[in-house]
Amino acid sequence: MPDLLIELFSEEIPARMQAKAREDLKKLVTDGLVEAGLTYRAAQAFSTPRRLTLAIEALTAESRPVREERKGPATTAPEAAVQGFLRATGLRLDQLEVRDAGKGQAYFAVVEKPGRKAAAIVAEALETTIRTFPWPKSMRWGAGTLRWVRPLHSILCILTDDHGAEVVPLDIDGIVSGNTTRGHRFLAPAAFAVTGFDDYAARLKRAHVILSPDDRADHIWHDATTMAFAAGLEVVEDKGLLAEVAGLVEWPVVLMGRIGEDFLGLPPEVLQTSMREHQKFFSCRNPKTGRIEGFVTVANTETADHGATILKGNQKVLSARLSDAKFFWENDLRTVKAVGMEGMAAGLAHVTFHNKLGSQADRIARIEALAREIAPLVGAKPDLAAEAARVAKADLQSAMVGEFPELQGTMGVYYARAAGLPEAVATACKAHYQPLGPSDDVPTDPVSVAVALADKIDTLTGFWAIDEKPTGSKDPFALRRAALGVIRLVLGNGVRWPMTRQLRLRVISHMGQIVGRDGSAIARQLRDRLADMGYDDLGQEAYERMRKDALISDDPRRQEVVLSEMDRKSSDLLAFFHDRLKVHLRDEGIRHDVIDASLAMPGNDDLTLLVRRAEALAAFLKTDDGENLLQGFKRANNILTQAEAKDGVEYSFGADPKFAEAEAERTLFAALDTAEAAIAPAMKAEDFAAAMSAMAALRAPIDAFFEAVQVNTDNAVVRRNRLNLLSRIRQICLSVADLTRLEG
Amino acid sequence: MTQTAPRSFQEIILRLQSYWAGQGCAVLQPYDMEVGAGTFHPATTLRALGSRPWAAAYVQPSRRPTDGRYGENPNRLQHYYQYQVLIKPSPPNLQDLYLGSLAAIGIDAHLHDIRFVEDDWESPTLGAWGLGWEVWCDGMEVSQFTYFQQVGGHDCHPVSGELTYGLERLAMYVLGIDHVMDMPFNDPQSPIPLSYGDIFRQTEQEYSRWNFDQADTDMLLKHFEDAEAECERILAAAPEDKAGRRIVMAHPAYDQCIKASHLFNLLDARGVISVTERQAYIGRVRALAKKCADAFVTTEAGGVAA
Repeated sequence: MPDLLIELFSEEIPARMQAKAREDLKKLVTDGLVEAGLTYRAAQAFSTPRRLTLAIEALTAESRPVREERKGPATTAPEAAVQGFLRATGLRLDQLEVRDAGKGQAYFAVVEKPGRKAAAIVAEALETTIRTFPWPKSMRWGAGTLRWVRPLHSILCILTDDHGAEVVPLDIDGIVSGNTTRGHRFLAPAAFAVTGFDDYAARLKRAHVILSPDDRADHIWHDATTMAFAAGLEVVEDKGLLAEVAGLVEWPVVLMGRIGEDFLGLPPEVLQTSMREHQKFFSCRNPKTGRIEGFVTVANTETADHGATILKGNQKVLSARLSDAKFFWENDLRTVKAVGMEGMAAGLAHVTFHNKLGSQADRIARIEALAREIAPLVGAKPDLAAEAARVAKADLQSAMVGEFPELQGTMGVYYARAAGLPEAVATACKAHYQPLGPSDDVPTDPVSVAVALADKIDTLTGFWAIDEKPTGSKDPFALRRAALGVIRLVLGNGVRWPMTRQLRLRVISHMGQIVGRDGSAIARQLRDRLADMGYDDLGQEAYERMRKDALISDDPRRQEVVLSEMDRKSSDLLAFFHDRLKVHLRDEGIRHDVIDASLAMPGNDDLTLLVRRAEALAAFLKTDDGENLLQGFKRANNILTQAEAKDGVEYSFGADPKFAEAEAERTLFAALDTAEAAIAPAMKAEDFAAAMSAMAALRAPIDAFFEAVQVNTDNAVVRRNRLNLLSRIRQICLSVADLTRLEG
Repeated sequence: MTQTAPRSFQEIILRLQSYWAGQGCAVLQPYDMEVGAGTFHPATTLRALGSRPWAAAYVQPSRRPTDGRYGENPNRLQHYYQYQVLIKPSPPNLQDLYLGSLAAIGIDAHLHDIRFVEDDWESPTLGAWGLGWEVWCDGMEVSQFTYFQQVGGHDCHPVSGELTYGLERLAMYVLGIDHVMDMPFNDPQSPIPLSYGDIFRQTEQEYSRWNFDQADTDMLLKHFEDAEAECERILAAAPEDKAGRRIVMAHPAYDQCIKASHLFNLLDARGVISVTERQAYIGRVRALAKKCADAFVTTEAGGVAA
């Protein structure tokens, strides 16, 4: 069984695309082979900057012949049916077989498809792969129409067995397959022929190309750590950079240098970011001082001077870069010392956040107002939270963040400290962006929590107000992440915060900013309407905004529209929070129906309360009592619902113990009284566990009741009383959670 | 073959000129208008369009008003030079030809680390994009290497290969100079040796002041609008002249597009264009560039048979 070797040799493939390209090459080619009836033992893909390689072991030499049999019409069938069958199969009548088909004789078409040689199948599969390769971006070159990530120069495609290697013939837009490749661009540029994968990998190595990206990464990491250790430093681990650098070189040569004394005072994040982003350097830390003092660069070639010229050049470029960084750093420090963080932030008035949501300064003003309101809920001082909100984004105007956007927040902490601001305010500059993803830490400092919540709520309500919600895979403003951030901030810090009021207030306030600035008029009326709806303290801010903006026009119908839009948008946003919460809790192992049962209860805009209820319910359902009570509840509910549907009435009058006939019935009455007395205060105290354990005590009496008593008796009075009793069970149980939503 | 080390800025330029002339390029002269980059020269923008083969190389003085630093920054200038090569269709050995040009100016690939690092090029003002790399020499970007895919909204068929060398930066590296103003412009052994600073320090100061503080923004805005209107008027004119000859005025129209683009850069340097307006201005210049490209492809040079 032959081995197959494919190499697609091109101009430099972007490092970031190589990993997926390896997988795609493997999948597309092997799928094509298997679909055409070949099998193979193993397949492995490799890449360097200039080649994509696929090695397939033990491919079958040809596909199996296939015999296809198709039953046709009976021999007695009309002529037209027989002709139709001949057209469909492409055969002549004398080529059909006639056999007994159970119900008399019938025609059979038998088509033998001979096996095909592997080479023909490989050629087809590879051509299709090349022509349909899913590069994230591809291009044409020269006068041709073929697309590849960069110009494709040669195709090596050979099948190797005991008799030797055979080129699989292929011609794709003039690129003819062969058995040759080339080594390193500068160290071994000549073409050479190969006879199989082992020979190929060995010759490449002699030609200064390490084929496997993992081998290159290992080599780089090994040499880098060894060199750093010898210099008394340690390499700062960076897996993403390692993979990228391994994709930039065919023959990695690790070189180490020191950072100039002038630059050692820069924050380590600045050194690291500058070196990684601009130069693809690894940072080396001095374990004694914790400072970044050295760098590792990876060249793609060996030189007679052992890299001295290369290192000198890199060092020079680094110095120029770090001089810029130092200039930015010193300039920014001067700025904050002279005019403070708020002075630095002044320019944000001219930076658009979103054309419908105003400038960054507008946004900061909104976040400040909101942070002030949230502060008491999270135990922060309102003034401190407001101050943090005012300065948290000031570093967006710093020269350093202008150069390195990924340092936003990080620089803010340094600059806020330099400006002499309280540590809680400095911390918030970075922490208010957190959590940045599902695995990022949740801030716990109250000031940071207040600003982080305010920031995210402002963003979410803003984009909801302008109907820019995430759809499918499109979420350009990372709103799902913001919503999950709110959820984690609230739950992680046990924040008790019914959100609806703020969501409505913020949505309407955003709508006020959006509608325009040419309106006038009856703001007072709308404010009164809002007061009627329970928003009497809607706030001067929103009121003023609505008054001066077109949100409130002279047309009273406009008010209706605005109010219903506010309701629609804020409820929709709350539903979005609930969706994200479901995903979050499912990851934590809470069933979706348990969440639904909790969501259906009042107060579901208080996420902490909601989750406590869901957790208590999930724990309750894991107990025997819980599971059985649920069955009892369902039985009661079913009987009741059917009776109500049949009788067309609702059985919710108090049941009277004096009509109780059986002992079990009387016991249930007593148990319900006891449970009710325990559940009501427990619910009031939001002690769901206590409420549920009181509910659990109902299990035995309910079971006994159903055992002893038939609800639908002939005695109408007794029946009605029993249905009303079931109604009490339903009422009591539903006061804890909506058990009708539970499955099973 | 790697050459001996050059000794001056102009020697590097001369060697590039003679190298690319040797590779068969027409060595053109700079375009006589203010442009932000060598790509704006009609020898690149317009000639990348249509089916006719093309091979040209030239130095293009380029102006980026916002980059002015009064001649004080070692690496930044508001007026600098680019070396530009455009070959259509892109030859299969373009990378090798390019590496040959580095050897010609004394960069020995056996002593340096030369790398092609992904960098896709896009010019929003020209409605153009391409794929390619920035070329690194020992970690420093020395050139842009691009296969044009689209210009002025038109797909490029065939594809042009474009090379752009930032001459000052490249020369500073080759000559081992730390501050651009210290770079020898002519041979340091000349009877009258001149440095880059001797020639450009004062102009950098003068232009920086004008660009940042003095340029009359009302006038610039008016000129922008005039250029835009003239470009559109030229293209809207009937293709036949008064003698009945078919003469589409793609180049004169494109001149107005170049003017508008530079005026926009000046307005930007004066800080009178907000972030939102910026996109709108870029869109207006792009609309002109597209119309010029539309006109050019109907001409003989644009590939239409005479």
